[in-house]
Amino acid sequence: MVNLARSTRELLTCVKTFTTPRSASNRLAYDLFKSHAFGIVKLALLSDIHSNVQAFDACVADARARGATQLALLGDFVGYGADPSAIVQRVMAMVDEGAWAIKGNHDEMACHVPPVSANQARGEVTAAWTHAQLSESELTFLDALPLTHQDGSLLLVHASADSPERWRYVYDARGAGTSLTAAVGLSADIRYVFCGHVHEQTLYYQGRGHDLLQFMPTPDVPIPLPSHRRWVATVGSVGQPRDGRAEAMYTLFDRDASALTFVRVPYDHSRAAAAIRAAGLPAFFADRLARGE
Amino acid sequence: MKLLEPGATLDGFVVDACIHSGGMAHIYSIHYAATATHGQSDPGFPMAMKVPRMANGDGAENIVGFEVEQQILQSLKGSHVPRFVAAGDLMRVPYLVMEYVQAKPLQHWLDQRRETRQPIDPATIARLGAAVSRGVHSLHQQNVVHHDLKPANVLIRDDGSAVLLDFGLSYHGHYPDLLAEELRKAIGSPVWMAPEQVVGMRGDPRSDIFAIGVMLYELATGELPFGDPQTDGGLRQRLWMDPPPPRRYRPDLPPWLQEVILRCLAPEAVGRYPSAAHLAAELANPEQIRVTERGTRTKGTSWRVHFKRWIKAAGLSYKPSPLPTVQIDEVPIVMVAVPFKGATDATHFSLRTAAQRSLGSRPGARLACVTVISPSETSSTEAAKSEANVHTRYLELLRHWAQGIDTEQHQLSLHVLESGDVAQALLDYARGNHINVIVIGAATHGLALQRIVHTVPMKVAMAAPSTVILVKAELPFSALAKVRVS
Repeated sequence: MVNLARSTRELLTCVKTFTTPRSASNRLAYDLFKSHAFGIVKLALLSDIHSNVQAFDACVADARARGATQLALLGDFVGYGADPSAIVQRVMAMVDEGAWAIKGNHDEMACHVPPVSANQARGEVTAAWTHAQLSESELTFLDALPLTHQDGSLLLVHASADSPERWRYVYDARGAGTSLTAAVGLSADIRYVFCGHVHEQTLYYQGRGHDLLQFMPTPDVPIPLPSHRRWVATVGSVGQPRDGRAEAMYTLFDRDASALTFVRVPYDHSRAAAAIRAAGLPAFFADRLARGE
Repeated sequence: MKLLEPGATLDGFVVDACIHSGGMAHIYSIHYAATATHGQSDPGFPMAMKVPRMANGDGAENIVGFEVEQQILQSLKGSHVPRFVAAGDLMRVPYLVMEYVQAKPLQHWLDQRRETRQPIDPATIARLGAAVSRGVHSLHQQNVVHHDLKPANVLIRDDGSAVLLDFGLSYHGHYPDLLAEELRKAIGSPVWMAPEQVVGMRGDPRSDIFAIGVMLYELATGELPFGDPQTDGGLRQRLWMDPPPPRRYRPDLPPWLQEVILRCLAPEAVGRYPSAAHLAAELANPEQIRVTERGTRTKGTSWRVHFKRWIKAAGLSYKPSPLPTVQIDEVPIVMVAVPFKGATDATHFSLRTAAQRSLGSRPGARLACVTVISPSETSSTEAAKSEANVHTRYLELLRHWAQGIDTEQHQLSLHVLESGDVAQALLDYARGNHINVIVIGAATHGLALQRIVHTVPMKVAMAAPSTVILVKAELPFSALAKVRVS
């Protein structure tokens, strides 16, 4: 009882102090307060779902089992896979419940299908099909998604924070550095830039030198990401892993402990592949799921 | 941070005294304040607090080493590191509270040597070296490479075990390396730094083996193998140069010890012991060390050889290392339990086949052949049953058993253990020597009696710290005669 009274009093003091963070130094404390007050302590980052319901459900279930309290959906909900409508329905429901969602290039393409050309990329092949599968309200939802989402020291973007609408790949330390510079330009408070688009799990960090360095994480090991440094992470792909392994990828960020865990989740990829074949989409999109390429 | 006075408090800890003032940090003995906000009571062991020295205005970049140590110490387990208690917020009050280990630094033996002018006897050097190697291997098993081993950072407890300190330059394979930069620079203490560290490579466990080699060299001769270089050029010498053989400074040094020291100091990592567990195994059995010309030489390496290596070393540059655990898993130590009482040729044959199979195609793997004899087999009064005689006889039997195993590719050692409890003796040996695979006979150790009693193989399998391979005997040779062609 005493504890409860004390924490209520503390909370009220916090509310008074932090309802409007004015200075940068207040900002971190505000983050902390907000995350405690609203339970945004464990963040599950899911990106590049690509209409793969089996993988998405498996990752969300895994994240909830690990105590995730906030979902962050980093775009590319559709394209390649067989169940675009089911995925968008799930995402709409999640956003209603407070999940953060941003737009990816495939979502953009599904809304505004590019004209058919002779040398179109693989992804564009499925854009017209995907467009036809989605209802008007689903398309409107996708098209209205923002390109970035900031929450205190955190910036979420599908590709690079450097002109998000140009969908630049963050494939190496240089690309990560460009994205981070742009993010810090948006707001000096930003410490963490989390993105998708490259279908691989990689961490970029500040070493002793000026440029960022690349680190290849081991799945399931919590990595300390203290907030006095700045970090860029590509969180991997839920629906279409491309690192030679079939397991779906997502990433957990424990804001309380400042620890990032890259996760792999086995899922029934044969069902996802069968659905692609049944939908009459090119077999290539089905075959690659088992091989993780 | 300025020096804390006795009685000063920091984050709920009360300072008792400053026990060490180093170049980078002050170390205080401390206890919990009675009114600590943590509501903590003392953890049951003495505590020390490390507070980095920082001039006013120093930013986070000046205490990267401290940040690295905070991260790595928190992740480490086991008896070879001080237990972690608490860490202060790096941006507010950086400090690290850990177990205060009461033990002597290795430097103590060097100081004593200098004061008394008495050389340290080889058995003591081997004992210290084996203890340090075991401690270092336990780091490597946790994916950590120390990278700054030196006599001041290695403590030896009264029971002979080692505790390693100061992880400010260490490398953790699972965490981003905060000390790295694009232009890979040498990170470490010049005297003990491995050649690959000089060119900026981090994360190779064999770098720590080089540092152990430098410490063994110091203990054996009182000299530094590569001096204390102050320039980049001086530091690069070890990329191609062999140090003067220790026996040149100390002719009475046994060749086996020189063999070990020089192998640790091989300029290329591949020429050293493949893991610290191998080094510990070697130092624990000096009489079985295979001594080559390297162990007996007293002349330095010829200038021709050095010149050739110098050319090669000029092209050396940074290469990333695989995870430490991946590297040491490549060079397992296989232990085979060889029984002699009531064992048939067929059993011995099957055990040998299984042992060879477990060594596999890994050239660096090591085989420890162990037999357990009952204490009743030896006697302190009968000369024929004296411990030395009985042990020699069993070692001979083991050597005979091991014939046919490729000893060119694999280090082999033979061990006779005396114990009334066979399973416990095997388990203790496996734990003490970082054994990766245990090969044990099913029938000879009584698997058939499993329903009635807990037999040796089951006890070993249940409590083993490693993989256990249970070997069933092939068709006994005696049965071969009975096979008739019909």
